[in-house]
Amino acid sequence: MKILGFIIQKEFKQIFRNKGMLPIIFVMPIVQLLILSNAATFDIKNIKFSYIDHDHTPTSRALIEQFDASTYFNVVTDFPSENKAQSAMLKGDVDVVLEIPNHFERNLVKGKNIPLGVTINAIDGAAAGVENVYITQILQRFNKAIQLNVFQPTNALSKPVNILTIPSFWYNKTLNYKTYMVPGILVLLVTMITLFLSGMNIVREKEIGTLEQINVTPIRKREFIIGKLFPFWVLGLAILSIGLIIAKFVFNVPIVGNLGLMYLYTSIYILVILGIGLFISNFTDTQQQAMFISWFFMVIFILMSGLFTPIESMPKWAQLITEFNPIKYFVEVMRMVMLKGSLLNDILPQLLKTLLYAFVMNGLAVWKYRKTT
Amino acid sequence: MSISVSHINKSYKDIRALQDVSFEVKKGEIFGLIGPDGAGKTTLFRILATLLIADSGQASVAGHDVVKDYKTIRNCVGYMPGKFSLYQDLTVEENLEFFATIFKTTIKENYHLIEDIYKQIEPFKTRRAGKLSGGMKQKLALCCALIHKPEVLFLDEPTTGVDPVSRKEFWDMLKRLQQKGITILVSTPYMDEASLCDRIAFIQDGKILEIDSPEAIVKHFTKTIYNLSANNMYKLIESLKTYEHAHSVYPFGEFVHYTDTRDVFDIDELQHYLKNIGLNDITIEIAKPTIEDTFMALAK
Repeated sequence: MKILGFIIQKEFKQIFRNKGMLPIIFVMPIVQLLILSNAATFDIKNIKFSYIDHDHTPTSRALIEQFDASTYFNVVTDFPSENKAQSAMLKGDVDVVLEIPNHFERNLVKGKNIPLGVTINAIDGAAAGVENVYITQILQRFNKAIQLNVFQPTNALSKPVNILTIPSFWYNKTLNYKTYMVPGILVLLVTMITLFLSGMNIVREKEIGTLEQINVTPIRKREFIIGKLFPFWVLGLAILSIGLIIAKFVFNVPIVGNLGLMYLYTSIYILVILGIGLFISNFTDTQQQAMFISWFFMVIFILMSGLFTPIESMPKWAQLITEFNPIKYFVEVMRMVMLKGSLLNDILPQLLKTLLYAFVMNGLAVWKYRKTT
Repeated sequence: MSISVSHINKSYKDIRALQDVSFEVKKGEIFGLIGPDGAGKTTLFRILATLLIADSGQASVAGHDVVKDYKTIRNCVGYMPGKFSLYQDLTVEENLEFFATIFKTTIKENYHLIEDIYKQIEPFKTRRAGKLSGGMKQKLALCCALIHKPEVLFLDEPTTGVDPVSRKEFWDMLKRLQQKGITILVSTPYMDEASLCDRIAFIQDGKILEIDSPEAIVKHFTKTIYNLSANNMYKLIESLKTYEHAHSVYPFGEFVHYTDTRDVFDIDELQHYLKNIGLNDITIEIAKPTIEDTFMALAK
């Protein structure tokens, strides 16, 4: 026990003496959380909207005003011809071009169907889809208003039946994107810091030759590994705490669930990551190698974690792979506990899978670790 | 026997690092492994320090088998690798304390053993190990290897890259440790250090060439050695090499060491030959063979 305590003490000393690493460990998470949470948003705003109005009537102008009034669209300009609009789109000056045909008002009053031309820059397919929905909504609303104005109801029977939907968004009432993102980014930070640091730590001793000296001592494998990894386990929890404080006080993310439950899950989760880090360091000889391999796993884990894209929309095989992704469980648990106030029972499946993962990873890593070469 | 090695073989892919190596070291002896870089010295150390498993053969340290009883060995040997391998970001004192603790002892308990050496670096005990000079690093490494009172000390090229004064001090320390009953296995590429060992083994290309005391090993050298010098040393070596009776020619300090194939030969004849070539100020005298001469002869 005394030896273990001493190794841990030594490890902490080394971490706090590493002038290059220290700011990265503590400043990087804060900066990333502040920047990413504000910047990484799927809300599509400030769409550069332009139009070609062949009609020039009060009705066509009223339609344009609808777009102008919307917070999603910025009416940039209008074009006299289709050619001009096309070249502007090519240059990227506009995202959407709405073309209003000749006799728009007249045909509308006559009750004819009028085709409107909508051109959307679809290089970013997801954004284009969202833009299309916004445009359709505005047009439908406009259509309904026109109908009420133009066709005066002659009797009560022919009155259009309006079905009104009142959506109610649970767990994130205002559809605040940050509420959704902050727990996810927090997960990312805890994972990155603990994986990179633990992965490189033992390799570093290999690189500078101290491992050789350590290996001829009677120190036990168990003591050495626990002594090396424990500080990073503590660091991981420290980063979680910093992140939660920022989430609460800077982003005002509601923390509905039990904090203890979050810490319980995270403490098990970090064990998985430390196991992966140790496993990587067994197979690498330099910090550079360890870093690249860690990155490889990190990128796959992040992109397949459901953090940025919903897992439900991935192909079947990819969904299967995500079952082995520890980050996926962590993201799920954080969002469930933080935003929904889920209890131990609700996150039990994730908790058990993570626990199993921790045993397998650490078992493999310790088994593969050799004091001799 | 403190260290016993018998018929050890070790290969790295197709390089045979050690071939049928056998030797024994008595308790309290300073045993030197002398050989050029790449001779297999470090491999041998790593096998004895239980870091590497030999392909075949047996070895024991302090009476324990290096494979079966590796745990016991790790408690009773001190190993100082060729490369400085202490924590550079910990201070002198912290390093020493760390190694004392993982060997379940304290600095106080074995202070008498390291006192002589540690006193020299004690003024710098709060300095980070990475900021020490080469000589001081070696002293600290030796302290760390000694702190658990080992029976056997393995020193892999401890003086490589250390200045001559520190080298001499280092060897004085080894002599003192020997008096305390510690067996020392030391490797070095320096021939002058070889004469400070009780016994030495010449090792080259993974094979042991000769084992004996430094005095005895010189006596193995039966040929007469001549110290030659002339005004143009390069030309002297070149012309000696082409001399029909030349047995060996190599530079040795300010002289050229020369041996002849014949048991008896006329110095004047050689002098005449060199003069004809155009060399001046030729001196030829009989020299006492050194360990280096013996090694050169054996390594041929």
